[in-house]
Amino acid sequence: MTLEFSCHTISPGQAEGPALRSKDPVLFYRTDFTTGVFQEEGHDLEGKCIAGKILIFPGGKGSSVVQADGMYKLDMAGVAPKGFIVSSLDTVLVSSAIIMEVPMVDDVDPQFYKEVQDGDLIRLDASAGKVYILRE
Amino acid sequence: MTLTQYQQEMLDGRYGKGKALAMRVQKTIGEGFRAQRMVPITRAHVALSAQEADTWFARKLRDAGAQCAVPPTVNPGYCLKYFQQMGRVDEKSSALMRETHQVYQDLGAILTYSCTPYLFGNIPRYGETVSFSETSVTVYANSVLGARTNRESSASALCAAITGFVPEYGMLLDENRRGTVLVQVDTPLQGEFDFALLGMNAKRIGPGVPVFAGIKPSDVTTEALIALGAQLNVAGMVDLFHMVGVTPDAPNLERAFGGRQPERTVTITREDLEAQRALLMPQKYEQADFVILGCPHYTYDQICRAARLLKQAPAVVPVWILTSAAVVDLARSTGMAGQLGESGATLVPDTCVDEAPCWGHLAGQRGFTDSPKCAYYMRAFGVELDVTTCENCLALAAKGGKS
Repeated sequence: MTLEFSCHTISPGQAEGPALRSKDPVLFYRTDFTTGVFQEEGHDLEGKCIAGKILIFPGGKGSSVVQADGMYKLDMAGVAPKGFIVSSLDTVLVSSAIIMEVPMVDDVDPQFYKEVQDGDLIRLDASAGKVYILRE
Repeated sequence: MTLTQYQQEMLDGRYGKGKALAMRVQKTIGEGFRAQRMVPITRAHVALSAQEADTWFARKLRDAGAQCAVPPTVNPGYCLKYFQQMGRVDEKSSALMRETHQVYQDLGAILTYSCTPYLFGNIPRYGETVSFSETSVTVYANSVLGARTNRESSASALCAAITGFVPEYGMLLDENRRGTVLVQVDTPLQGEFDFALLGMNAKRIGPGVPVFAGIKPSDVTTEALIALGAQLNVAGMVDLFHMVGVTPDAPNLERAFGGRQPERTVTITREDLEAQRALLMPQKYEQADFVILGCPHYTYDQICRAARLLKQAPAVVPVWILTSAAVVDLARSTGMAGQLGESGATLVPDTCVDEAPCWGHLAGQRGFTDSPKCAYYMRAFGVELDVTTCENCLALAAKGGKS
């Protein structure tokens, strides 16, 4: 069963991977850059591995510089998340996703948030403005 | 988003691959934010960092032949001359700093290496549309000067400098610049440290455009406004604030809120400030092995205050004061730099606290700073600081620490 949801393109591209949800805004700087395990104390993602995931989170936070540097280091080590699904936009995260070519969308059909669980296989077609939950 | 003919030609590569890449990034950002058009800028400030990602992207633009249409000022990396002389930076990181310098010079940037461009070298007038990145620069330009900029990243500000345009959204539009949250400050504020503590309450204040009321304008210095803006953006994300009787769009409450009612009211008491102060001393060091000041870069007045305090009680442990090259030059010509040197403090130009190659060796030592932002950044590479007022920091530096 495949569930299809509409969304708004931020950074074009396609990606597929397991869903990982965060209640908290994300700054990629406090991550173990060799494993992709998130390290920020008290954060919803603390101790979770973001490598290869489609991250579903409210938006970015933190300094204008270290967000991009964190994403770059994750990418260089091959442990970057594959795509971003956010609910609010900030220029730092948006421009970092665009230059690092990470597919990113916002404004997803609210039904998506009711359905999606951690570990669901997600296909993100940011260019076409579609998110799919792929279930057996 | 509709582009003008000139903007479209840039995107199509008529002015080279570099401009086309910058325009493509900006067009994508603009469409993400549902901007209708792109508007010209007159100034830019790029948060250069001498970190890999930043230099990688700048190099990509340079190699594609990009030149800045609006030469931007830049953030600090670090002063190679000083840190090489100290034997602190290895060949790999100094090569990156040298390359960063070269790449930005090739792009046509003005290499000011300062995080306070609004004090020297890049000062917008009221209402001017600019593209400023850097945690504390954006909020100062919007709030204190009344210029208009979004909270740009280093990359988006560099693209704007190259094309000379920004997509029109967010802080560029009147409707988003009205105050939305009334922050009633119920305690007198003394010195910039109290303003930093106020900024640390950003989470309580929440999202929106805060309007600070109840602050006595005569208590508000330039340094206080810098500290407030910086800490609001460490604890939260604030593009713009108003302060009644102080900032240009807030002669009174009604104007600050654009004639509307606040969406909510938050009251900040002395207890709220003291609660933040308690959180700033996680290590509870009783002695100092070093002190680091100047995040954001110290102003000339702050340097004079440090010199005055150290004259009474000279430092016996290292004291680094980070500032712009412009302020170092001024301090040299007025004799203030010499006086600081005699009291055991060093003025370091062009340098950010967030440079692991320069400061990483301090991990494990007992350090103090007067900036919560500084402590937040240096923790990323293992340097744990306690945060207290400049007066306390320098008193501890005079008392010494090595046991």
